[in-house]
Amino acid sequence: MKETEKPEKGNQIIEEAAQAEYKYGFVTDIETEVIPKGLDEDVVRRISALKGEPEWLLDFRLKAYRHWLTLKAPTWGHVHVPEIDYQAISYYAAPRKLKKGGVEDIDPELKKTFDKLGIPLEEQLRLSGMAVDAVMDSVSVKTTYRERLAELGVIFCSISEAVKDYPDLVRKYLGKVVPYTDNFYAALNSAVFSDGSFVYIPKGVRCPMELSTYFRINAAQTGQFERTLIVADDDAYVSYLEGCTAPMRDENQLHAAIVEIIVEDRAEVKYSTVQNWYPGDKDGKGGIYNLVTKRGLCRGDHSKLSWTQVETGSAITWKYPSCVLKGDHSVGEFYSVALTNNWQEADTGTKMIHLGKNSTSTIVSKGISAGHSQNSYRGMVKIAPKATGCRNFTQCDSLLLSDTSGAHTFPVIEVGNDTSVVEHEATTSKINEDQIFYCNQRGIPTEDAVGLIVNGYAKEVMAKLPMEFAVEAQKLLSISLEGSVG
Amino acid sequence: MNALKQYIDLYDENRELIEQQSPALLNKLRQDARTQLNDARLPRKGSEDYEATDLEAVFSHDYGVNVNRLPFDADPGETFHCDVPNMSTCLYYSSNDAFHSSPTAERNIGQVVVLPFSMAAVDYPELMSAYYGKLAHLKDPTVALNSLLVQDGLFIYVPDGVIPERPIQLVNIFNAALDMMVQRRLLIVVGKNAALKLLSCDHTQCPDYRYLNNQVVEIVAMQGSTVDYYDMEESTPQTNRVSSIYVEQHEGSNVLIDGITLINGFTRNNYHVEVNGEHAETHLLGMTIASGEQHVDSHTFISHNAPRCHSNEMFKYVLNDNAVGAFAGKILVQPNCPRVEAYQGNRNLCGAPTAKMYTKPQLEIYTDDVMCSHGSAVGQLDEDALFYMRTRGIGIDEARRLLMQAFVADVIDGVRLDALKDRLHFLVEKRFAGTLSNCAGCMAACKKN
Repeated sequence: MKETEKPEKGNQIIEEAAQAEYKYGFVTDIETEVIPKGLDEDVVRRISALKGEPEWLLDFRLKAYRHWLTLKAPTWGHVHVPEIDYQAISYYAAPRKLKKGGVEDIDPELKKTFDKLGIPLEEQLRLSGMAVDAVMDSVSVKTTYRERLAELGVIFCSISEAVKDYPDLVRKYLGKVVPYTDNFYAALNSAVFSDGSFVYIPKGVRCPMELSTYFRINAAQTGQFERTLIVADDDAYVSYLEGCTAPMRDENQLHAAIVEIIVEDRAEVKYSTVQNWYPGDKDGKGGIYNLVTKRGLCRGDHSKLSWTQVETGSAITWKYPSCVLKGDHSVGEFYSVALTNNWQEADTGTKMIHLGKNSTSTIVSKGISAGHSQNSYRGMVKIAPKATGCRNFTQCDSLLLSDTSGAHTFPVIEVGNDTSVVEHEATTSKINEDQIFYCNQRGIPTEDAVGLIVNGYAKEVMAKLPMEFAVEAQKLLSISLEGSVG
Repeated sequence: MNALKQYIDLYDENRELIEQQSPALLNKLRQDARTQLNDARLPRKGSEDYEATDLEAVFSHDYGVNVNRLPFDADPGETFHCDVPNMSTCLYYSSNDAFHSSPTAERNIGQVVVLPFSMAAVDYPELMSAYYGKLAHLKDPTVALNSLLVQDGLFIYVPDGVIPERPIQLVNIFNAALDMMVQRRLLIVVGKNAALKLLSCDHTQCPDYRYLNNQVVEIVAMQGSTVDYYDMEESTPQTNRVSSIYVEQHEGSNVLIDGITLINGFTRNNYHVEVNGEHAETHLLGMTIASGEQHVDSHTFISHNAPRCHSNEMFKYVLNDNAVGAFAGKILVQPNCPRVEAYQGNRNLCGAPTAKMYTKPQLEIYTDDVMCSHGSAVGQLDEDALFYMRTRGIGIDEARRLLMQAFVADVIDGVRLDALKDRLHFLVEKRFAGTLSNCAGCMAACKKN
């Protein structure tokens, strides 16, 4: 079953020209197994059955589905999510030619896609020192470096494999940070989640490499419902990278993922994202709806969780990677660059919930809006009455590149005791014309100058990204701004 | 439960009486307010813009409403003074919701018009009908309730080009021997290139009773005008207030609103400013000193609808004991409004483990060539500064008082009347020392005896 149509010859040139705007806008022709459109209890049961899940997980899904039926989509965000017909979406798609075996067994078309994306699935991979759990639509195709990680006791596999191989671990942690009752999209994800990654770092282990997952929405109209669960046991450390690109599509696609992270005593988790999904064309047609729930629980004392994100894609972004700082002296960090162009809308930020004594958090958010886009920072810092001696610093800056774009900040601060210090700062302005003039004077065209200035503005966040991502993210910022100046 | 219902029922029962006693203009708006209240509910804690404040609970108490407009015998001018030393003002009183002038009110005669609505509706019908109820939003249930029950108000008009010699002082006193709710209402129109300085302070004479002041103020600042509005609360822990101030600014106008809360029970202040002309300046200042069970919630909204405007906000809270403070401020810059400069600051001191502060500064910007910022901080007194003072022989309590006074000083320094500034410094000092209600040897001159 082919999901795509080749463009007719007459339109081919136009089609190519349009696709050129989005570097990663291509569609892989591989066969996919798709459950018919629609959502009811039978679909939930069928997904569970197809994946051969145990009874408790089916129960979890059904409870989530029943709860989802009682909820309404949230409307408080500064984004315009069109009415989504949840019955018009197919909830499961798996690449069909999936076989067990080595690299050579992977569908050549699929491999080509990964190559275009630059995923070092084969030999380069060992050289680059990363382990990649590549997710094409919903089922993990190939997990590399698993054996090497296994020697250390690190578990890095797809969540469906984890359900089979480590049911106790998954059962212990799944839904503990983001319960299915959390919000509309979390309930939907809990009911129909297809696959995702599971990471467990045992006590005292420092994961020797950056763990990485590339998500890619592939088959048309098969919303992706990823679920990631990361557990860092006492004294463990892991750096997890998530990068996304998606093929160009005319119809809007839904992405409602959940990421849950649990950090135990003295452990540290660093979670980095570069999100570059299809943002829609210049007239705001198409694009991904990225409605994600990400939350980490710093359960142990002296635990640390750091979120870094570079958001340049998606038509609508609705995500708030958050930290629940339950352990004493725990640390939460959030570094974000969100760039919106054309008609993109982003409502993103974080929540820092301080429950443990002397816990600290830092928030640095940089918003850049161009074209007709709307970019909002929405954040909350809450200090519980018993969480004494807490410290938070928040800085959220906005840069406006056009007079038709909007930049907004909606921070909420709640302080429940007298020994905590919370600071919030925000500024909004446009690029200084003197800076552009200075660059022009030295022969740098305005567009490049803007790219330079924006990269400089976002440097504080970029510095927090792992090397591999920092390079890509810098390019991404400049590419995303193309055509926005003039 | 719907706390509004008791007041709507009261209105329905006494509709004719209320309408008979009020100018026709007020009755016209009353109809709209009644329709608006049909399915209105007061916001509960946690709803949008009311994160820490439960209006339903505040209004649900069974307050008396003076529907019959029974006069209260005592002349407030005789029993109460709230004079600012070294400053000559024109003094007016509101006793509950009835307005009185004092002999000093004659001072600005021929310059400024200060009249109760009942007389203003006769003498200035065009102005009254052009501006009454035009700024305040009936969709806010507290504004609708005020419009529904209000029977009189105070109209202040400064004609074009007039700059009065003396500030106007309005002393609001609660002196009923029962739990009571009043609907205070002010309409202020300041003409082109005119100026107005208005001092308003709230007091309570019978501290044993519970009061609620549901107040609506509408201010129109014409081209090139200057308006200073100082609003001080110095009531009792049993006195509650919901105040909504709506401002419309025209080209080149300059508006300063300074809200000061020293003693109160529950207070919610809404400031809504529409900046409609270029080169307009807006200053919103707020200072709250709260202890015990005091609850102060300020909500500001400044909409920049014209280019080249400037706005500045600074709100400071000092919270002790179980006090709860809340601040939510929003700056909106509409499309095609370049060169707007808008700054917002909120600084808070939490002085006790049980004091709580909620803050939500917001920016919503739709134009690129702007300079906007907001800052918000919650913290404690600087330990080093305290230590420094103690090494110089200043006791810990005294040192804390000094630092807290210094913390709020810049809000007081924003006051554009020197005599008032001195008095505020004095009152704040007394407030921190806990002797504000102690009249012996006091220079504050609140009470004649």
